[in-house]
Amino acid sequence: MDGFLLLAFLFLIAGVVAVPIASRLGLGSVLGYLLAGIAISPILGWLHVDVVSIQHFAEFGVVMMLFLVGLELEPRVLWTMRNKLLGLGGLQVAVTGALVMAIAMAAGYAWSVALAIGFVFSLSSTAIVLQTLNEQGLMRSDGGQSSFSVLLFQDIAVIPMLAFIPLLALPELQELAAAAHGADDGGHASLSLVDRVTGWQRALLTAGAIAFVYLVGSYLTRPIFRFIAMAKLRELFTAAALLMVIAIALLMVVVGLSPALGTFLAGVVLANSEYRHELESDIDPFKGLLLGLFFITVGAAIRFDLLLDNLTMIIAMTLGLIALKAAVLYALARVFRISGADRWLFTLGLAQAGEFGFVLLTFSVASSVIPTALAEQLLLVVALSMLLTPLLFIIYDKLIAPRFVESQEQQADEIDETGKVIVAGHGRFGGVVNRILLSAGIKTVVLDYRSEQLEVLRAFGIKVFFGDAMRPDLLHAAGIEQAKMLVIAIDDREHATELVRYVTENHPHVYLVVRALDRHHVYELWSAGARDIIRDTFDSSVRAGRSALEALGVHPYDAERKVHGFLLNDREQMFALASSFDPSVPAHENEEYVRRTREFLDRDAEVMKGNSEAFGSRLDRGWVPPTLDDLEAETRKGSPGETSDST
Amino acid sequence: MARLIVYYAHPGHPYSQSNRPMADTAAGLEGITFVDLYHDYPRFDINADIEQQRLLDHDVVLFQFPMFWYSTPSIVKEWQDLVLEHGFAYGAGGDKLRGKTLMLAITAAGPEDAYSAGGYQHYPMRDFLRPLEQTARLCEMRFAAPYVLYGSLRAPTDRRLDAHVNAYRTLLEAIRDDRYDWDTADDLEVVQADTIPLRGEG
Repeated sequence: MDGFLLLAFLFLIAGVVAVPIASRLGLGSVLGYLLAGIAISPILGWLHVDVVSIQHFAEFGVVMMLFLVGLELEPRVLWTMRNKLLGLGGLQVAVTGALVMAIAMAAGYAWSVALAIGFVFSLSSTAIVLQTLNEQGLMRSDGGQSSFSVLLFQDIAVIPMLAFIPLLALPELQELAAAAHGADDGGHASLSLVDRVTGWQRALLTAGAIAFVYLVGSYLTRPIFRFIAMAKLRELFTAAALLMVIAIALLMVVVGLSPALGTFLAGVVLANSEYRHELESDIDPFKGLLLGLFFITVGAAIRFDLLLDNLTMIIAMTLGLIALKAAVLYALARVFRISGADRWLFTLGLAQAGEFGFVLLTFSVASSVIPTALAEQLLLVVALSMLLTPLLFIIYDKLIAPRFVESQEQQADEIDETGKVIVAGHGRFGGVVNRILLSAGIKTVVLDYRSEQLEVLRAFGIKVFFGDAMRPDLLHAAGIEQAKMLVIAIDDREHATELVRYVTENHPHVYLVVRALDRHHVYELWSAGARDIIRDTFDSSVRAGRSALEALGVHPYDAERKVHGFLLNDREQMFALASSFDPSVPAHENEEYVRRTREFLDRDAEVMKGNSEAFGSRLDRGWVPPTLDDLEAETRKGSPGETSDST
Repeated sequence: MARLIVYYAHPGHPYSQSNRPMADTAAGLEGITFVDLYHDYPRFDINADIEQQRLLDHDVVLFQFPMFWYSTPSIVKEWQDLVLEHGFAYGAGGDKLRGKTLMLAITAAGPEDAYSAGGYQHYPMRDFLRPLEQTARLCEMRFAAPYVLYGSLRAPTDRRLDAHVNAYRTLLEAIRDDRYDWDTADDLEVVQADTIPLRGEG
């Protein structure tokens, strides 16, 4: 327990100190974590911490990240990406792999070793690149999308590579391994089912597992989550989301597939679900922490002693690798017509080796493909190239992107970005607002936490998501940063006020349309920062009053004007009282508030007794003809009063 | 029997002195259609389909309103903008109003002599009505001489109002019963209470 606490403390403090500094310096969070790892590596060494096993644990962050990536990607979108995915991704892996292999063979390595090295170096770092693209908001650019296609292809390609590597085993290494491990092999417990089955059984298992994930994702998650939502415990939902991701990862490991691929598929299946944003905000913190831990371990695992021994060679290899990968990427970008700043983003962003390189290297050593000494050096190259990636992004950001600013802006015009509106609460009130917005062709994201409600709405084809709009992380997942407007139509009055206060403070760019439950609620919302406040029963009451007047024989146009006068008068009172209202003072102790209220009450009483003009003077000004006395006076003065008239 | 529809428009109906008794008279007559535009459309959401059908169902369309700033009350303009659509009232295929008659019954506060080159309104009454006259022409409708009450604010005290209201009844009944002499009216600038042209019986 003490050891665990100490370790957690070490990792957390390293991250908490290093990342803000790195972000402040414009280096990005990834480099911050890497530097934190380097900083604590001597302490970890002194404590005899097994960094590599922590790294394996932290790799689960990558799995979660792919789940989240899948959630953002509807199957339709994935299908439209197929050309880039197979063409761009496939060529990148094949060409880079072949070139690396050729160079390794030229350096005198056997073809099998060279091929394994080709595998290792053809991959890029999904973790670093996606994290950085998301952080810098480059994900939606052409370069970002192309990078994503390639990364996705690489993640899928890892699976056949893992299957292929054991076939490359060097006889002399195998003998060595057998001698070293002896009978120990049998003791190594494996979860994998596929070790003991034949080829077609394995294919069947794989297909079955993917079908299982698809079926569970599309048919079972909804009832399961609805069942969990009934408990109305937020943490239970988080637990369920975690359970789901872990269960899928486990299933994939059992059938010998990549857990990242499995959870990615699950994410895609759930991309259309109403629980999408909830899942996103539940998993996101875990992903962030685990990825952070992963980067720290990458930093900490750099063996500086080895690096110093072969400093020039390893640095030369790293720079050579980056140059080679960048050249291949640049050529592919030309072929696939990725232009301008996007081409450079693509070229520089993917020029590193990736975390799957670690996995492949470890696996290659275990499979007796690559000798340990060579693997350790290659490991350094992979780590170093990852360490340099943030620098490449900085080069892109500071040197290249500014030169393309104009063309970037022109491209932005083509993207049809209508301002997004978030509707919180889809009951009788929010539902109408949402329908009106949709009928005007405006994109909305609806949040509601009543599961039964969602089922009904889904059936009518309305896009709604499960979740409590009070949670900042859920608002974030729903896109509050890019949203133009938030419509607050939730039933709980304190929550509505709280939400107004949170959004006006943290997202002042978001326009708020807020439903108030009564007059007093208006004052609370006003002091919380809302300005567009609509009382939920006021308009209907006004209409009922107008209906009553009409039924009593008042001319409909006069009824309309009377009611409008009432409305203006009421609004005036409301503004006046709202500005003198102070939420920290009870209403009856607020002197100004009490005084104004009394004034208005007196005025209303006068109107009702008929002692005063009904509801303000504006009502009776229109279309009242001048009196005969007026006419006489004007005639005497010589200016006719009979120009505009009412008779 | 000519099918007659009277469109009445007065936003200050409760304060009206002349138009109100005129409207009451028109509304009380058998065999004509009476529409109070501000009553039917207090929020100005004029239903073009209903209004076009009303036009199709009648031969004579008469607008009764007070002159406001040398023009109609705003709802009449709104009505024109929405109801007289291209393809219905004018333009390609817009012949649905061909042969019908447009007439106005208006009240003006200025005295009769004000509406002349030497008067303070500078122009005769018909000049102010040109937009409506041309509207009728574009719709291939006959624009009949308007029925006018001048000096309307003083009409009650000058004891001219009752005569005007009674003559209005005579006018509407004559149109309804095909006794109104449209051709004679065409020779008049405006029609007043004492100059209503009727065709002789038999």
